[in-house]
Amino acid sequence: MPLEQFVPFIPEIFLAIASFVLLVGGIGLGRRGMRPLALGAVGSLVVTGILVWLFGRPAGEPEVILGGMLAIDTFAVFFKLLVLASAILTIMLATGFLERFRYGGGEFFALILTATLGMFVMASGVNLVSLYVGLELMALSSYVLVGYCKLEVKSNEGAVKYFVLGAMSSGILLYGISLVYGSLGTLDLMEIKTALVAAPQDNLVLMLGIVLMAFGMLFKVAAVPFHVWSPDAYEGAPTPVTAFISVAPKAAAFAMFLRIFAGAFSPEIDHWRSVIWLAAAMTMIFGNIAALSQDNVKRMLAYSSIAHAGYALMGVVAGTAYGTWSVLMYMLVYTFMNIGAFGLVVLLETRGYAGETVKDWAGLSKKAPAAAAGMLILLLALAGIPPTGGFMSKLYVFAAAINAGYIWLAVIGVLMSAVSLYYYFRIVVQMYLVEGEEAESGAELVRDRWAEGVVLVSVLVVMAIGVYPAPFVGWAQGGLNALGLM
Amino acid sequence: MSFYDLIWLVPLFPLAGALINGLVTHQLGLKKSVANIVALIGSGLALIWGWAAVLQWYFTEDHTVSYVVKVFSWISGGDLPLLSGGTAPLEVAASYQVDPTSAVMVCFVTLVGFLIHLYSVGYMHSESDKAYSRYFSYLNLFMFAMLTLVLGSNLLVLFVGWEGVGLCSYLLIGFYYEKEWCASAGMKAFIVNRIGDFGFLLAIFFTFGWFGTLEFSELFAVLSQHHGDALVGAATIIGVLLFIGAIGKSAQIPLFVWLPDAMAGPTPVSALIHAATMVTAGVYMVARCNFFYQLSPNAMLVVAVIGGVTAIFAATIGLTQNDIKKVLAYSTVSQLGYMFLAAGVGAYIAAIFHVVTHAFFKACLFLGSGSVIHACGGEQDMRKMGGLKKYMPKTYWTFLIATIAIAGIPPLAGFVSKDAILAKAFEAGYTDLNGFGGAYYGLWILGLCGAALTAFYMFRLVFMTFDGAFRGGEEAEHHLHESPWTMTLPLQVLAFGSVIGGLLIGFPGILFHKENWNFIEGFMGPMILGAHGHGAAHAGGHAVSFGLEWALVGLSVTVAAAGILVAYRWYKTDPEFSIPNAMAERFPFAYKLLLNKYWVDELYDATIIRGTIGLARFCWEFDARVVDGVVNGTRHVTVGTSFLSGIFDLKVIDGIVNLIGTINQTASRYFRRLQVGFTQGYAMVMVFGAALLLAVFFISF
Repeated sequence: MPLEQFVPFIPEIFLAIASFVLLVGGIGLGRRGMRPLALGAVGSLVVTGILVWLFGRPAGEPEVILGGMLAIDTFAVFFKLLVLASAILTIMLATGFLERFRYGGGEFFALILTATLGMFVMASGVNLVSLYVGLELMALSSYVLVGYCKLEVKSNEGAVKYFVLGAMSSGILLYGISLVYGSLGTLDLMEIKTALVAAPQDNLVLMLGIVLMAFGMLFKVAAVPFHVWSPDAYEGAPTPVTAFISVAPKAAAFAMFLRIFAGAFSPEIDHWRSVIWLAAAMTMIFGNIAALSQDNVKRMLAYSSIAHAGYALMGVVAGTAYGTWSVLMYMLVYTFMNIGAFGLVVLLETRGYAGETVKDWAGLSKKAPAAAAGMLILLLALAGIPPTGGFMSKLYVFAAAINAGYIWLAVIGVLMSAVSLYYYFRIVVQMYLVEGEEAESGAELVRDRWAEGVVLVSVLVVMAIGVYPAPFVGWAQGGLNALGLM
Repeated sequence: MSFYDLIWLVPLFPLAGALINGLVTHQLGLKKSVANIVALIGSGLALIWGWAAVLQWYFTEDHTVSYVVKVFSWISGGDLPLLSGGTAPLEVAASYQVDPTSAVMVCFVTLVGFLIHLYSVGYMHSESDKAYSRYFSYLNLFMFAMLTLVLGSNLLVLFVGWEGVGLCSYLLIGFYYEKEWCASAGMKAFIVNRIGDFGFLLAIFFTFGWFGTLEFSELFAVLSQHHGDALVGAATIIGVLLFIGAIGKSAQIPLFVWLPDAMAGPTPVSALIHAATMVTAGVYMVARCNFFYQLSPNAMLVVAVIGGVTAIFAATIGLTQNDIKKVLAYSTVSQLGYMFLAAGVGAYIAAIFHVVTHAFFKACLFLGSGSVIHACGGEQDMRKMGGLKKYMPKTYWTFLIATIAIAGIPPLAGFVSKDAILAKAFEAGYTDLNGFGGAYYGLWILGLCGAALTAFYMFRLVFMTFDGAFRGGEEAEHHLHESPWTMTLPLQVLAFGSVIGGLLIGFPGILFHKENWNFIEGFMGPMILGAHGHGAAHAGGHAVSFGLEWALVGLSVTVAAAGILVAYRWYKTDPEFSIPNAMAERFPFAYKLLLNKYWVDELYDATIIRGTIGLARFCWEFDARVVDGVVNGTRHVTVGTSFLSGIFDLKVIDGIVNLIGTINQTASRYFRRLQVGFTQGYAMVMVFGAALLLAVFFISF
């Protein structure tokens, strides 16, 4: 095995080493070492990004490394950079939060890095085994992160539920993989696709395997009816972790979803599409309607994240090249708008999960006009109002569905977007329209430069994509140059 | 690289000014001089760059076609099915274009805009630093939106500017938001405009649906290829919907009610937005989209009738108003009516020509009235003015010149452009345009009567304000003074424009057998879709004989002179105004009808507003009584009671909207019950869900 093929793998190797260093350093430095450790974590993620740019990009045509386990293509680079961005923003959100809540930082940062490593493999894996290993690395890190506030009951509860249900879904996914392997005799995505193209299958065992794998993936993107873990996990987790697991694992899971379904299983799309169609429709309807009655903002954003997965699934249903890049675009915008919104929740939150209800936002426009304006923009983006990126990304997935002839799915999406305005604007009403004593009763913002920076970056990116989407669309379309996908 | 390749910088300069003033100057509470410099540089650079770009383009490029500058690809929505069959890619670029229509608009918008920025420096100096920077930030933002509107190369970019000017209009009408009537005037403008915007949006959807593109040049090309009647229906629908948008923005019947109230804003704003530029956006849009109207005789007739009727309707209201700005506001509505009348008879160039000349004299009139109000310490009632000519000579002379111009006395700008419109309206009747000759004759007569009324109420205004003795008391007389140079200089420039502007850009060459002396007709001609056997107006034709042309000129001068003469008799020679007072007593109903603006506001209040409130109350009552009664009745029924009361026990229910909200909320609560918190329960949900999906899968398999 020549050593050269490890060169594109350098970012992952670096990430693994960095996570060990942070873990050990965290033990040595204790709580006092929070800022240096955070800087170290952000620094190593930035270096990883540079390494991805230097070594992880395909020289020309996409290639496979490590015995056909991982692909080096622009699709992987897109998701790797997206995951890195969300990891960096999460660490910047978490540093002040952990200080305020008096938790150590070493393990936290190390776990973010290992989760990132797992997601790198999910983004670039082209073999069901490597994809599964990446998925589990990401998932195990996430379980621990959700339960990181070990003194909070809700945090523990969320972690256990996430773990038990996650294990169940992994079982389903593995069962599906084994059925696929049993029918086709290969785990390599390219070979699976070649086999399906050469001889279209309709044997029940293979179909059952595909559907079970779909269930596993739907669990990871928190689509209905496999979403049940997410409201509790999102609410219980420390808010920066909620921000993280609501975006990065979802993006990585969509990368894997697209590689397997829009890639390897694309010849069988007419068989599995109805399942995804129904899941997308139910996810949009359920996520948005359940969010209506939530008074806890974190829980509301959790249901809203479920709904957003439903919108993104439309691109998978479309099954076209347009549908695929619209999912990439959706994940890009969604990552920033969701992290930004959670960032403001972090800024509002004080010890003991206070500052989480809708009422705590009362009168924010008077107390902190800039923060209120930022939240307004992010909520407009989440609701899909122009000129924010949220509008553009919704436009693309809706257009993908319509272009592929799934007009009713788009109609559901549009109607549910209208419903979502109601619960997003409950916060706007509290921030801007509540006056008098009620306005005084709202929570105060915490002073936290790093978290403020995260919100600012998110707002700027969301606005930039909304006003000038062309280069971002270009990157997303560049992601179509992927092994086994086109 | 040339100026016109970077035409997008023209709107960008004022945008930068708006951002700096809004985010830096305003937030830090910096001095007025900073806001001045930023705002004047922002609008000044737009002026310089805009003129440089247009001139350079004029002399180097072929100016019979549109020069499109694509800035970036904005929306790409993939292939969409069309109503006309087939598919087309939804690709909309953020792109600007330089062509005769936008060139004319850019030149006058940047010039008038800059002058009004300059004027505002003097007019707003007594505001606080914060309010001052806020004002200039909005004003610069308006310039950005207006320039985007006129430069956009497709309907969607135009719409962005359209909404942007609407937003700025709202912000500036409600500039003194502490006063409730100002804030509600702003909201009125915004809400009335929404009705029009709804039509505009539908028109955009239909345009893409039928033609698969929103680019003006492509639409022009498609529609000029057209033969036969296949697209007439589409053109009619789109044309009427676009015109609904124009009715809102340009304050035509029945959506004109917001414009008089919009005078609540600072006077320079009334001059810039509610007289010279924004309200003419509707005319610009109709002229820009002439390719739809040229195909559709019915849409043209709708435009002409609404315009002609508005012209005389608003003029009659203007006869009796005593608030100096209200007179000018109704005069604006009336003049906008003339522009639409022109567009409706196929004289789009005359419409744009009148937009330009009107911008000069009406901006001059508004700024002059601002100067007067400034001197009178905020007083706007003309009955408390009078004799101002000796206190503020510069304001008086410029105001008089603009008044002569709007009254239609040759050779000033207003005469040239208004006469062009009336001549075209007559010609439309004479040549029996589209078979609606009788209707066009009627509109021509309305226009002629409106011209007489215009001359009358404008000179009434001048005589009441500037002649006779001051009627505002000694205290106020003491404060009368001429305005500073930043205010009088724009007045002088605009008055100069009102004198020569007409002959310079639209010389009525047809009267002297020198058609090619009419610059604007020749310049903009290629932008107008030629008629294809539909009997539509043919630009510059000789349908009307030479002598008849001169007779028409004589007629319109005569009616204008008659209007002035009556005003002179009634308001100049008699300081007691006894004749008009006697008239008001003799015809009390007619007087009250006009004074109360035909009770249109009251009519809308009684029908639409009360109706909406009534509907909401009805729904609330229905909920509160009938529905609650039913709930109370069924409370004894065990089955389903708890579920139903979940729907109906909500305390605040008003209106249909909230009823829908209620249903959703209830469903939401129901869904929430699934999320009970037991992990086993979650696993159950997943298993049942999986079973459902599997069932669907195997059924569809």
